[in-house]
Amino acid sequence: MATPPGGHHPYDGAHQSQGENAQNRFNFPSAPSGQGGMQQPYQQPQSGHPYVQPQAPRIQPVQQRRRPEPAPTSGNHNPLVRPYAMTGGRTRPRYQLAIEALVSTTADPARLQGQLPEHQRICRLCFEIKSVAEISALLSIPLGVARILVADLAEAGLVAIHQPGGDESAGGQPDVTLLERVLSGLRKL
Amino acid sequence: MVAGGFGVGKTTFVGAVSEINPLRTEAVMTSASAGIDDLTHTGDKTTTTVAMDFGRITLDQDLILYLFGTPGQDRFWFMWDDLVRDAIGAVVLVDTRRLADCFPAVDYFENSGLPFVIALNGFDGHQPYTPEEVREALQIGPDTPIITTDARHRADAKSALITLVEHALMARLR
Ligand SMILES: Nc1nc2c(ncn2[C@@H]2O[C@H](COP(=O)(O)OP(=O)(O)O)[C@@H](O)[C@H]2O)c(=O)[nH]1
Ligand SMILES: [Mg+2]
Repeated sequence: MATPPGGHHPYDGAHQSQGENAQNRFNFPSAPSGQGGMQQPYQQPQSGHPYVQPQAPRIQPVQQRRRPEPAPTSGNHNPLVRPYAMTGGRTRPRYQLAIEALVSTTADPARLQGQLPEHQRICRLCFEIKSVAEISALLSIPLGVARILVADLAEAGLVAIHQPGGDESAGGQPDVTLLERVLSGLRKL
Repeated sequence: MVAGGFGVGKTTFVGAVSEINPLRTEAVMTSASAGIDDLTHTGDKTTTTVAMDFGRITLDQDLILYLFGTPGQDRFWFMWDDLVRDAIGAVVLVDTRRLADCFPAVDYFENSGLPFVIALNGFDGHQPYTPEEVREALQIGPDTPIITTDARHRADAKSALITLVEHALMARLR
């Protein structure tokens, strides 16, 4: 099972007490026994209510969510060597960027001269506002690397970052006003 | 977020409503026991790439809705924690011929408390089971909407999103 190193996998370590379940829980083909009766849910309805038999919860309760560290990269495979080199070997941005954080630049193109090519590409892309996820996808840079590069640019004052939903006291969840705006926006589409 | 088992129509759904072609962004997972900052010890690490679909809908001048099709592989759930943090909610796509494929996603969202709706994606127009049959099979509470959809059609996908946001709003006001 691939896990990010450093013990930041939300389901590692702290879950050891759950033993095998912690390993198998999401690995559906060898799922815990509680799922056995559900695999052909519409067959054999002999007993009248075939689906309401008491069953184990489909999974164990999930631990309080933790923020994963940004995805690290390794120099193992060729395509990844380059991005890693780009970040100077760093694997974490100095601050946590949401993948939907919006990035824009108003930097004078003249200021881009002398920046790393990757930094320049990001800046050129972000003359029109883009999310970190878009930057990663459009420039084919792994997400973890994109975060670091964007953080670099922010630190250098070359891009502005708009972190959405940053209100941790509200559990990070969008407020009612925002939901209402989204709803009316969707209805107008 | 758009979740569900492999091949259930996540990419199709995102593509149907997104104003951009679904982009694929990749996160790289490194399997190693320690020392992520120590690049000299890369010898016995293995990396896995996880792709997720990504789309966007501009709703207003200053309002963009992002759609994330979650990585299909169940073992990459920890990535979801990142996505779920500021998310409005999730559409869990279900192919009723392979109902069990959605269990992990349903479990995940039930446990994380993120509002979600179940959307039955009727392949080839088939909807062999009613939403209420599925509700019973999945043991889903009465508050969670279960709708039918065709992930290929923009109007259907849009309507699924509207149902989700309405549900999230209700959950918020409750
Ligand atoms: N007939 C039909 N095919 C669909 C529907 N939704 C998706 N598909 C097809 O099912 C396949 C898998 O869909 P995809 O979106 O890639 O699934 P994903 O793995 O969840 O991203 C593709 O060939 C789609 O064209 C649907 O509603 N009806
Ligand atoms: Mg897909």
